Order: sequence, then C-alpha cells, then structure tokens
Amino acid sequence: MIPELGHFALALACIIAIVQSVLPVVGAARGDARWMATAAPLAVGMLLAMGAAFGSLLWAFAVNDTTVMNVVANSHSAKPLIYKLSGSWGNHEGSMVLWVLILALCGAAVAGFGRDLPTALKARVIGVLGWIAAGFLLFIIFTSNPFERVWPPPPDGQGLNPVLQDPGLAMHPPTLYVGYVGYAVTFAFAVAALLEGRVDAAWGRWVRPWALGAWCFLTVGITMGSWWAYYELGWGGYWFWDPVENASLLPWLAGTALLHSSIVVEKRDTLKVWSVLLAILAFTMSLLGTFLVRSGVLNSVHAFASDPGRGVFILALLMIYVAGALALFAWRAPRLAPTGIFAPISREGALVVNNLLICSIAAVVLAGTLWPLFADILTGAKISVGPPFFNAATAPLAIPLVVAMPIGAMMPWKRGDLWAALQRLWWAAASAMLIGFLCLALAGYPVWPALGMAMAAWLVMGAAADVADRIGLFRRPSQAWRRALGLPRAAWGAAIAHGALGISIAGIAGMGVATDTLVQLAAGQSTRLAGYEWRMDGLSDEIGANYRARRATVTVLRDGKVVTVLHPERRSFIVDNQTTSEAAIHTNAMRDLYAVLGEERDGAAVLRLHHNPFAPWIWFGGLAMALGGMLSLSDRRMRVAAPAPKGATVPA
Amino acid sequence: MSETPAPAPAPAVRGRRWMLYAPLGLATAAGAGFLVMLRGLQTGDYNPRGVPSALLGRAPPDFSLPPLDASDLPGLSAADLRAPLPSPVVVNFWASWCVPCIVEHPQLMRLSRDGVPVFGINYKDRPADAAGFLTRYGNPFRRLGRDEPGRIAIDWGVYGVPETYLIDRQGLIRWRYAGPMTPEILDQDLRPLLRRYA
Repeated sequence: MIPELGHFALALACIIAIVQSVLPVVGAARGDARWMATAAPLAVGMLLAMGAAFGSLLWAFAVNDTTVMNVVANSHSAKPLIYKLSGSWGNHEGSMVLWVLILALCGAAVAGFGRDLPTALKARVIGVLGWIAAGFLLFIIFTSNPFERVWPPPPDGQGLNPVLQDPGLAMHPPTLYVGYVGYAVTFAFAVAALLEGRVDAAWGRWVRPWALGAWCFLTVGITMGSWWAYYELGWGGYWFWDPVENASLLPWLAGTALLHSSIVVEKRDTLKVWSVLLAILAFTMSLLGTFLVRSGVLNSVHAFASDPGRGVFILALLMIYVAGALALFAWRAPRLAPTGIFAPISREGALVVNNLLICSIAAVVLAGTLWPLFADILTGAKISVGPPFFNAATAPLAIPLVVAMPIGAMMPWKRGDLWAALQRLWWAAASAMLIGFLCLALAGYPVWPALGMAMAAWLVMGAAADVADRIGLFRRPSQAWRRALGLPRAAWGAAIAHGALGISIAGIAGMGVATDTLVQLAAGQSTRLAGYEWRMDGLSDEIGANYRARRATVTVLRDGKVVTVLHPERRSFIVDNQTTSEAAIHTNAMRDLYAVLGEERDGAAVLRLHHNPFAPWIWFGGLAMALGGMLSLSDRRMRVAAPAPKGATVPA
Repeated sequence: MSETPAPAPAPAVRGRRWMLYAPLGLATAAGAGFLVMLRGLQTGDYNPRGVPSALLGRAPPDFSLPPLDASDLPGLSAADLRAPLPSPVVVNFWASWCVPCIVEHPQLMRLSRDGVPVFGINYKDRPADAAGFLTRYGNPFRRLGRDEPGRIAIDWGVYGVPETYLIDRQGLIRWRYAGPMTPEILDQDLRPLLRRYA
C-alpha cells in the first residue's frame, strides 16, 4: 500500500511540476499577478508531494519490503538500519527521487525566503525550477520507477555493495546532490534573467547566496568523497582523477568562478553576460555528471547500473535544458550590456583573472575527462587520460591562481594599486619563500612538494595578512579587537576559505612525500618505514554484523615506544560473497600511519604500509573552506537584500 | 557543454555576437557525440569497459588443442567454433594458478547452469592442477582445450588470464573482456549480447 502511495505522490509531484512550469512563467510574461502568485503555493505543494514519495521509499527500505524490486536489489534484512535507509539513495532510482526532493526543497526555499524578490523574477525562477523538476519526474516515472513491485516476493534482498556500507558514503551522495541541485537554482535565476532581459546588481545579490550555499555543500561532498576513497578503497590515495570524481569537480570549478563573478555583478554591475553563462555552465556540469554516471558511457567504480535507454532520456533532458538555455543566452545576452567601468588593476580585474584561470582549469579537466570517450567514437582509438595529464595540465594554471589569490583579496574595488597590495603582503611572501626553502634544504623535499608547501604558506599567510590589514592590527593595535568583531562575516568567510585552500594544498604537498612499502610478514616479524618500526603481531578471525573478517594486529613503534596498534581487516560479506579491505589508519593530525592487509601466503600476511605526512590536512582544509563559505552565507547582507555598503550601484 | 573561455569576460557585444553562439555550438556537438555513444552502447560498437580486440567481427584463428584427460571433456579446436553454431558460445581462458579466475568462476558456473555453452582454454597450466581446480570449484565447461605452451593465447591476443570471448552463431568474435567477469559484467554486458546474438 505505502509503495503505491509513494508512486502516486510521484505522479502528483509531476503534475504539480508541469503546472508550476507553465502558470507562473505565462503570468510573468503577461504581467498577470494572480497567475504569478501561484508560484509559491505550487512550489510548496511539490515539496509535500516529493516528501511523501521519498518517505514512502524510506519506509519500504526500513521494513525491508521485499515486494518492492528496488529493495530486493539493494537491501537485505541483515543490514543495520542506517544502511537500509542509505540504501534507498544508494541506487539509481532512489537517488533520482532524492535529487528531485532536494530540487523541490530549493523551490520551496525560493518561495519562502524570496519574499523580497520582485514578483515576476520569483515567478520565473520557480517556473524554471518546475521545468527541471517536471523533466526529471517524467524520467523517474517512465524509466526508473523506484516502487516497481515484484511477485512472488523473494525471501530476502540481495544486499548492497559492501564497499558502500559506510557512514561517510551514506552521507556523501545527499551532500553532493544538494550542491548539484543548488546550481539548478542559480541556473533558474540565469534563465529567468534572460527571459526578463535584465541583469542588475540586485540579481547578483540574489544569486550569490545560492551559488555560495551550493558551493559549500559541493565542497563538503567532494571532501567526503575524497576522504572515503582514502580510507575505504585502501589504495592510500585521495584523488584519482576518475571520470566521476572529475564530474563532481567540474561543477565545483564552474561554481567557484560563478561565486566570484557574481560578486562583481553585485558590486560593480558588470561581468553580467559572463556570470549568466557561468550559472548556466555550473548546472550544465552538474547534469553532465548525472549523465556520465547513469548512462553507462564511461567506465568507473562509481557508475550506476545503467541501460542506454535511460541514457537517451537523460541526454534528451540535458540537451533541452542546456541547449535551450544557451540558445536563449545567445539570443538575449546582447541586451545585458555592462554599465560599470572597468580598470584592470582592481578587485574586479583580479576576479576576472580568477575566473579565467578557474575556467581554464575546468576546461582542461573537462577535456581530459571527455577526450577518451570522443576519441573512441571519432577515431576508434582506446586511450586513457590519467593523473599524469591532469597533474601536468592543471598545475601551470593552479600556480598563478594561487599566487593571485591573496593579492586579489587585498585589492580595492574600481581602482587598485598593485604595489600597495604587494607591500602589505611582503611578510606573507617572505614566510612562503622561507618555508619553501626549509622544505627543500632541510627536510629534503623534492621540488614540487616544496613548492606546494610554499604555496600553502602564501595562502594562509596571505589570508592572515588580509584580516590583519582590515582590522588594522599593526596600525592601531588597540582597536584591532573591536574592529575584528565589526568585520563583516563575509570578509572573515573569504579569508578563512582562502586560507583553508592553503591547508588543503599543504596536505596535498605532504602526500607528495608520502612513502609506502609492500611487505610479507609472519607473526613476530617487523619492518621499518619512515622512521617507524611496524611489527606484525598476528592474525585473527572476527565476526561482524553481516560479515566475517580476517584481522591483523600491527604494532607501530618509534624508538622502542609503542605509537599505536593498527588493525587492518579483510572483510567477507556473507550475503553476496564480496570482500573488502578495511585500512587501519592512525593519525596525529601531522601524519597518517596507514596499513592495509592483503593476501596470506605461507603463514605470512602481505601488508601494504603507508606513511602519509600532512594527509589529514587535505580534508580538514576542505571542510574549513566550506565553513568559510557558511560563515559568509550567514552574513546579514547575504540573507536580507539590504543595500550593500560602499561601492555598490543602486539597482535599476 | 564546454568551458571554453570563448565569450570574453566583458564582451564588446556588437560585432562579436557569434561568440555568444559558441557555447551553444559546443554543447550541441557534445550532445551529438553522446548520442552516438549511447547508440553504440546498444549495438556493441561502443564499449567503455572492454579492451578492444583486433579479432572483433572476425573468426578466431585456426587452432586445435588436446583435451584435459582427467576431465572427460572433449578438446577444443577452431572447427568447434565455426558456423553454423546452434547458439552463441563463450570462450574462457583460465588457469588454476590465477586468483582472479577463482573470483570469476561462479559467473561461469551460472552461465553454464543457464545452458550457455562455455568452452574453456586452460592456459600454461599443469594437467593435475587444472583437474584439481575443476573438482574443487566445479566444471562449467562443455569443451576444454589445453594450451600448455600458451601459443594459442598469443594468436588470440590474450592479455592475461582470465579473459573471455563471445562468439556468435556465425562463428565471429563479438566481444572480449580482459579480467575477471564480475556479476555486473555478466548481467550488464554479456547477457544482453547473448540475447542479441541468440
């Protein structure tokens, strides 16, 4: 019964979405206030319907209702409740329902928080969100019904990929989806602005919180995904340039560019055409990721079970939204003439540099991700583009970006003074060089990791210099504290996010000097790695909730003293006979000791041992970046459309 | 679809309007490319997983392999793979010393239970070890040839064991998969092809 209600709720949501995609937009075109006023109630109605649909799906998984095909294929009664629930969005059908639920949530948020939005703009934005929701609901109903019944019901489900039974991964997709879907809202704002033929500073102010919110979630999602890959896949790496990882990085890059260019729209009333294009591209990249993962055109550990029929449907949706929006863009963009004036040495000039570099990185990543696919259909050649290409191609773009970041943050609007900005950054530059030199000369780092450390120091010190400068720490130390309290949260947020990127870069540089070894140890034997003695104490069998495990005990000693005891495991899942390896990690915030248990041979176990300096900084930096974004989001000027202080143009 | 910096940040709008169409053009081209890929997925012309074989669409090279005496199975020769065949045939290169072959074995057993003819080529193996492997894990093969020197594997262009080929009823190689077939590969790749060439 409940699954039928869920199915009905999906159909209801679809009808609401279709109405939502017509009435408010037509109303806005005709200037009919009553039609436009339908936008908000429709958006709320859709949220309720989608909530009911997703709730029904969760229920089916929670009670392990084996008459539902999706539950049979993806769940099992022996699974802990949390993984039963996360199983509901760990598969293709359920994840699409979650996707649309989040979209409905965003639509209702625009309706609820957007009281100050001009009525016509709000009606159009909600209407465009209705187009997107309607398309994806049709996709779910016609090709991916999550409530499909199966009769007679099998005695139990067929489990879930044990690799996916993990708390980090349970939360990883929803977080990413919030990010992806958040760019649906900025896309809707862009399309609405094109329909209206007007982009002004107020538009920039409305888009920015959405761009920032989506960016925060995407940052957290990517960070979690990277962390999951690090501790769960057991390869000791944090980023593999896997096509699906790239598919999440692309909207992040486009969104980062949008985040910065929308500031220029808001403050200087220029870069409008570019920002609208970026808003379209950010959502395009989100959809592209969805398409790549679900259509089966690429080979990846992340790819969902896929059939080409679904791929054609998603491609059709993607082309309707993207090509439609870009056609509208080509037609209407000439109306969005810039009104602000533009000096190259200014904050807006720096933000343009930022945009160009970030977009170039995105173009490189996009090209590297798609080239093997297109080379295959164009020339029939099978090529794979791997980390060496991505590292070599993005580094020359990332370095100037990082160098420019603190300088740009120091620049005033309209007309800046490069020399003055550099003067205030001299000690940041000096400490960066010192750290780079120390790494190279004393710690014996190779060139790239040493450069990375210098870059990291430059960003962290640059952010500190920015804050110190704003609060007048050196000019008037007595008032610094008061000024620090008065500094807008957006300024704090930007400084924290910029500094946090430095922390991540330090972690990445640290991984550049990581060491590992593959050893075969019998009980009592030991080996040395990175100044530690790793002693194999023995193997044992363990029984988990739904798996059996072979567990090694490895004691790590330094100078004869026990540092930690690691327990890497190899787990065999009973239901589907899969095995996973659980890496054992000990961290002290400055380095990770990482052990993976391999096969056993002749009474000895094969162990892979890693020493990863600064590794935790990668994810700490990612989270801190998101924290900076959130702090900026909580700025009062973001929440209410209060006129921005100094330098803002009056909205037309 | 693409992130070209084509429309400059602050475009001088007049005279460069065509640049505004550049993103649309790129997106359309990419969309057309994706459509070709999706079509290719359905027809088997495009496969992101498989390593292509030079033999795709051709008949396997000529060979004749002796049987594994302990197994009572007939040997395998190219004549057994010549048209007309009653149904498509799966040819699997394996060895008892190969750990991924153990991982793959349940999938072969499933195919065999479903009535799909699975022919095995035992690669660089000792007869006793090969027989032991089949006794221990079950025998999915209808025919089994012993390629002890590994010559035939070279002719087929085998990367390593396990490696699996699909031969259609006309005796042409339609699909090759290098590495252990997982249940997903079996269900998503091989089974649709078996249905298509049935």
